[in-house]
Amino acid sequence: MESFFIGFAVFVVLLFGASLYRIAAGPTIFDRTIGAGLIGTNAVLMLVLIGVMYNRVDMFVDLALTYALLNFIGVVALAKYFERRREDER
Amino acid sequence: MNWLAMLLMIAGGVFLLVSSIGLLRLPDFYCRAHAVGKAETLGSMLVLGGLAAHNGADLTSFKILLTVGIIFITNPTATHALMRAAFRSGVTIWKKGDAVKR
Repeated sequence: MESFFIGFAVFVVLLFGASLYRIAAGPTIFDRTIGAGLIGTNAVLMLVLIGVMYNRVDMFVDLALTYALLNFIGVVALAKYFERRREDER
Repeated sequence: MNWLAMLLMIAGGVFLLVSSIGLLRLPDFYCRAHAVGKAETLGSMLVLGGLAAHNGADLTSFKILLTVGIIFITNPTATHALMRAAFRSGVTIWKKGDAVKR
C-alpha cells in the first residue's frame, strides 16, 4: 500500500507539469489563473498524501483544509481584479 | 478497507488525468474551464474519499471529508467566477473552424 501511495504522488506531480505548461503558455490571463487554481487543488491532494505516507495525517489534514480555503479566496480575488481590465492591457 | 481505498483513488486519478489533458488540449478558455471545473472537482473528491477510507473512522477522516465538502463547494464557484470575469472582459469564444491557439 505504501508503494501505491508513492506512485500516486508521482502521478499527481506529473499533473503539475500540465498546469505549469498552461500557466507559461496560456493566451489570456484567465488561462494562467485557472492553471494556478488547478495546481492549488492538486496541492491539497499532495498534502494529504504526504501525511498518509509519513503517518502524520492528523497534522497535515489541517494544512490541507486551510490551503483549500486560501486557494478559493485567491482565485476569486484574481477573478474580481482582472474583470475590469480592457482588452489592450492583456 | 484497502481495496476500497485503492478503487476510489484509481477512479479519482483517471478523472484528474482527464482534467489535465483537457486543460492542455481544449481550444479556448471556456472549454478549459469546463474541464477543470467538473472533472477536477470529482477527481479530488474521489481521491480524498479513498484516503479517508484508508484512514478508518475517526476525527481525521471527518476532517478529510470536510475538505471534500469544501472542495465540492468552492472549486466550481471559483471556476464560475473566473469564467464570468473572462466573459465580461471579452475573451473571444472559439467557434468550429477557427484556428486553435495553444
